[in-house]
Amino acid sequence: MIRRTAANPRRSRQRTAGGMDHQLAMLREMVRIRRFEERCVELYSSGEIRGFVHLCIGEEAVSVGVNRALTAEDSVVTTYREHGHALARGVPAEAVFAEMLGRVTGCSRGRGGSMHLFDTARRFYGGHGIVAGGLPVAAGLALAARMRGQPNLTCCFFGDGAFAEGEFHETANLAALWDLPLLLICENNLYAMGTPLVREHAQTDLAARAASYGLVAWAADGMDVLAVEHAARRAARAVREGGGPYFLELRTYRFRAHSMYDPDLYRDKTEIEQWKERDPITRLADLMCADGSLDGHGLELIEKEIADELDQAVDRAREGGLEPAEDLLRFVRSPASEPS
Amino acid sequence: MTGTEPAPPTTYREALREAMREALAADDRVFLMGEDVGRYGGAFGVSLGLLDEFGSARVRDTPLSESAFVGAGIGAAIAGLRPIVEVMTVNFSLLALDQILNNAATLLHMSGGQVGVPLVIRMTTGAGRQLAAQHSHSLEGWYAHIPGIRVLAPATIEDARYMLAPALADPDPVVIFEHGSLYNASGTMPAGSGPVDLDSAAVRRPGTDVTLITYGGSLGKALDAAEQLAADGIAAEVVDLRTLRPLDDTTVLGSVQQTHRAVVVDEGWRTGGLSAEVAARVTEQGFYDLDAPVQRVCAAEVPVPYARQLEEAALPQVADIVAAARRAVG
Repeated sequence: MIRRTAANPRRSRQRTAGGMDHQLAMLREMVRIRRFEERCVELYSSGEIRGFVHLCIGEEAVSVGVNRALTAEDSVVTTYREHGHALARGVPAEAVFAEMLGRVTGCSRGRGGSMHLFDTARRFYGGHGIVAGGLPVAAGLALAARMRGQPNLTCCFFGDGAFAEGEFHETANLAALWDLPLLLICENNLYAMGTPLVREHAQTDLAARAASYGLVAWAADGMDVLAVEHAARRAARAVREGGGPYFLELRTYRFRAHSMYDPDLYRDKTEIEQWKERDPITRLADLMCADGSLDGHGLELIEKEIADELDQAVDRAREGGLEPAEDLLRFVRSPASEPS
Repeated sequence: MTGTEPAPPTTYREALREAMREALAADDRVFLMGEDVGRYGGAFGVSLGLLDEFGSARVRDTPLSESAFVGAGIGAAIAGLRPIVEVMTVNFSLLALDQILNNAATLLHMSGGQVGVPLVIRMTTGAGRQLAAQHSHSLEGWYAHIPGIRVLAPATIEDARYMLAPALADPDPVVIFEHGSLYNASGTMPAGSGPVDLDSAAVRRPGTDVTLITYGGSLGKALDAAEQLAADGIAAEVVDLRTLRPLDDTTVLGSVQQTHRAVVVDEGWRTGGLSAEVAARVTEQGFYDLDAPVQRVCAAEVPVPYARQLEEAALPQVADIVAAARRAVG
C-alpha cells in the first residue's frame, strides 16, 4: 500500500491523547531540552566541552512529540544532533553533561562525546556521526524484533541530508521488503550542514519519494509538538499492528548554526527570524495561555525547576571522574575476549 | 591404524556448509543472510540446501544492498541474535565498509562498553580464477588494520569446518575470508578435529632452515614450495597465520627463533600490506634471531588482470616462494 497524506494540525489537536497536564508535560520537556542546550553553549564557550557539538534548538518538538509515541521496549537510533532525543528518552541530563565533559560518569564513559550518546538500559543505541549510518542498524534491531515476534518497534531519526545517502535508500527498500517494524523519522531542517534542501534534492518532497519504496509516508509540521505527537502515535500504532515501516517527514528548523564551529554564513538572517516566529515552545505556550491552562506564573515555575535541575546536573557532572589513560584500550573488544 | 572406517572425502565448500548447518541447528539465534544465499544456494554454492532445511526466515536472501544488510546484521546482533552475513566478495564488501568500520568495529568502544556486536561476516577473497580486477583482490589486510574486529582466513578443510563455531561464540565482530580457489579443495577431515583456537597460528609443516609465513589461498603454494625446497635439502617450516587479527606473534617468532630466516607470502599488495606488518613484527621482535633480511612474496602492484598469463604473473607463485627462500638461506 502506498499512501501519502499530510497530517492536519487542527484535527491532531482534537485527537491528541491526554489533556492539559499532558500538554504541560510536553511543554516542560521542550523547555528542558532548550535550556539544556543553552547550558551546552555556556560550557562550550568556557572550554569545558570540546569537539563537535550540534544543537537542536528550534527542533525540540520532534524529540518530544515522537518520544510520546514510543514505549520503554522500543529501540531508538539517532544522529549526532541527538541531545533532545536522548533527554526525551530519559537519559539523565547529568549523564549527558558528563559525557560532553569527557567524564567516566558520562553515558558513554566519555568515549563518545556529544555526537555519540548511548544508553542501552533505555534502548537508546546512539548517537551516529556518519550521516545515514544508523539507518541499517535500526533496520537490524527491527528485524530482530520481528524474527522473535516481539511487539516493539525501532525508531530511527535522521535528517534531510541522510535522504541523499545510499544507505537511506537501501534501508527503506529493505525495511519495506521485509515489513520491518521501523519508524523512520526524517527530521527535515532544510539544511544538510550548509546546503539548502533545494540545492541537494531534485525532488524536495521527501515523503513522496519515501512512499515510492512501498511504505506509508506522511509529512507533518515539525514545529508543532501536538501535530508531531499525533502523527507519530498514528504511525507507531500502525507499525506495531504489523503495517510495516512508516516514514514521517517532520519539517523543522534549527535556530542555531550546524555546529559550534559553523559561522552560519549561508542563511539569511530574516529566514531564521521568520522560523523563530514558529518556535515550538512559544507556540504551545501561547496555545495553553489562550485556553487558560497556563499563565506567566506557571511558566516561571517550570523555568525555575529546570534551572535548578540543570544547575545540579552540571555540578554533579563536573564532579565525575576521568577515566585513567591506562584504561584506553578497554572496550575495543569485549572483556571476555580482551587480552589479559 | 584403527579398525574404524576412514572419514569420507569432503570439500572446503562442504565443510563451510556443514559448519553453518551445525550452527543453525544448534542455536535459534543464528541466521544467515546475504545476496543469493537462499534459492540460489550462495554465489559459490556454500549455502546450497540450507534454505530448504531452515526456511526463509533464517536463510535470508537480501537485495543487492551491502551496506543495508551488513548494517542490519549489526543491528540484529546488538539485539541479541547471532547473524552470519555473507558478502559475495571482498571487493563488494567495500560498499559495506562504513558499516563494518564505523559501526561493527566501533560501537562497543564508542558506547563505553555498552553495545556489543556479536556478528560474523563471511566473504570470498583472492584471485586465480580469471575474474579480473573487481572480483579478485585480497583486501583482508585492510580489515586486519581495524581494531575491534577479529579477522580469520581458513586455509584448510578443518579450519573451514571448525572456525565458525568459535567465531559465533565471540562476543565481538568476526570477519572470515574464504579464498575463492579453495572451495573445491577436497580431502578428508582429520580424526579428532574440533573447534579451532582463534588466537593461534598453526605450523603446517615443521622445518629448521627457513620459515614460510602465509595464510589462506597461499598456504598450498607455500607447502608446495617447501616440498621443492626439501628436494634440495632445505627444510622449510610453514606457518599458517589463520587469524590475521590479532596476529599470533608467539608462533611466528618462535619459528623464526629456530630457523633464523623468514619469508612472508601474501596475495595482497606489498605496499602497506599485511606482509609488511608481519615482516615489521619479525624485525621488531626477532631482529637478533635473524640471519638474513625478511623476504616478501606478494601480489604485483597492479589491479588483477583477466588474461591467464598476466594473472599468474601478478600473483605469488611456487617458484617465487622457492626463490625467496633460497635468497633467505643464502
